[in-house]
Amino acid sequence: MELILFYLFAGVVVSSALLVVFFRNPLSSALALVAALFGVAALFVLLHAYFLAAIQVLVYAGAVMVLFIFIIMMMNLDLTTLRKIHYSFTGIVGALFGSYLAAILILRLGYFSEAARATPEDYGSIASIGKLLFTDYQVPFEMTSLLLLVAIIGAVMLAKKEAKHAARQAP
Amino acid sequence: MQQLADKLIQHCALLQGLPHELTYLLVEIVFGSLMLMLFVAPFAGIISWVERRVAARMMDRIGPNRVGPQGFLQWLADGVKSLLKEDIVPSSADSFLFRLAPYLVFAGMFMAFVSIPFTSRVIIADLNVGIFYIIAVTSLVVIGILMSGWASNNKFSLLGGMRSAAQIISYEIPAGLAILVVVLMSGSLSLQEIIKAQGAHPWNWFIFDNPFSFCSFFILFISSLAEGNRTPFDIPEAESELVSGYSTEYSGMRFVFFYFEEWANLYLIAAVGVTLFFGGWQIPPSVREWAVGVHFVLPHILEFATFFIKAMSLVFVIIWIRWTLPRLRVDQLMAMCWQYLIPLGFVMVLGTATWIVLFPQGVPLVRYVLFSGTLGLFGYFFYRVVFHLRYTKAELQFNPFV
Repeated sequence: MELILFYLFAGVVVSSALLVVFFRNPLSSALALVAALFGVAALFVLLHAYFLAAIQVLVYAGAVMVLFIFIIMMMNLDLTTLRKIHYSFTGIVGALFGSYLAAILILRLGYFSEAARATPEDYGSIASIGKLLFTDYQVPFEMTSLLLLVAIIGAVMLAKKEAKHAARQAP
Repeated sequence: MQQLADKLIQHCALLQGLPHELTYLLVEIVFGSLMLMLFVAPFAGIISWVERRVAARMMDRIGPNRVGPQGFLQWLADGVKSLLKEDIVPSSADSFLFRLAPYLVFAGMFMAFVSIPFTSRVIIADLNVGIFYIIAVTSLVVIGILMSGWASNNKFSLLGGMRSAAQIISYEIPAGLAILVVVLMSGSLSLQEIIKAQGAHPWNWFIFDNPFSFCSFFILFISSLAEGNRTPFDIPEAESELVSGYSTEYSGMRFVFFYFEEWANLYLIAAVGVTLFFGGWQIPPSVREWAVGVHFVLPHILEFATFFIKAMSLVFVIIWIRWTLPRLRVDQLMAMCWQYLIPLGFVMVLGTATWIVLFPQGVPLVRYVLFSGTLGLFGYFFYRVVFHLRYTKAELQFNPFV
């Protein structure tokens, strides 16, 4: 049963991830990515990680993707120029790194032992995640928040500069 | 659910061939959606009639009163009319996304109903991340609205869609903070657990637990109004500037889906508010014992009635606000969220956390004071209303059905 559901959602994830790459229209790609993220959330549910699944939907499908779509809509892209396929140096580098990552993942497949599958009773619950975050992973957790803070301050500074510039030009 | 599935397996030869888990899943999906559909669809319809009648009374009009008794069946007539109307897709629109968008909007709202409790037993799925799940799936609505705005290929739709996205994303933060206050107090994300952590009597509700939770309810209420695109936060479809916002190009049934979502969302807002702050379906233990003695279904009926009455009073307040306050400007809306509600929300979270550390058992006196204070405010409100009526010598008709 779980296997059927797993293949169903894995199929959704893989096919929509492929669609992200192959769609010419960036908005369609973004929406395919939303579908892929929902599929990943479903896979998390199958792993009994309900909290992670909800976070996945809330943060990625709900917030990050909305911002993506927002920006794509703001840019007012010309569809005719997008239809032309061009190969560039960055594309080749990207393909190389992508295949490297894929190779690592495929090679890693055999490493998972049966022991890793046995999950404790409160696995994936908010209490256990919270305990882990504030004991074993306290430092990385705080570092992440610092990183986010830096990003926020950077965004504010960029916006501030822009505003000053505009103000000077206005009169 | 499980027992029902077992019975079905016993009686139905076709199901015996299938794996049992698959049958459980099918039964859950089919019966779950059937139950929700039977509640949500008529509710959204009837509430549209209620809103139009209430709005009409507030504007000194009569409102729809022709179809059925007092116009009660107006929503059916509207639905049939919309179904029979031509379904127009603009030639310049992205037809696939244009068609898909209303369904996404509807699905996002409908999925949230899955973990809304109706009574202590009647809930489709009591998820242990319940409230979190509701916040997460309703974000699908934003994507649907953005999609509809973009796919219409119309600048008013696009502006409406973008305004809506910016608004919903922003107001998710104060709503989340207000919900966090409740999660702190109950120690659980499951909606049933949150309700069980409260008492049946008003002074045991979370809203009166401490001054911080009292404020949190208003933060949550304002933010969910904004998330539901309700007036005074309905700038995405501001008629005076954007024709009809993201739904400008829609017609027929697809147009109705957007409004269907909006009205069903009214119940969602109210139900979440009631669950988190107003004690949900809790009835006093003594009443419960008496009800169990009469018939085993009676406590559930009482619980459902309690929940529904509380939710409907909140729905009425939302409608009331809609027809009282003018619309905010875009910059006012954003300033209100980022400069006032979010800092206030953080203060409430910190304050509640401190309160829980200082008084783990709660302070009964504070509960009573807050409760009686609110009661007093209501009393003063009605006193002023009566005073004005006497002063202006207005003729008051208490019969709403004219």
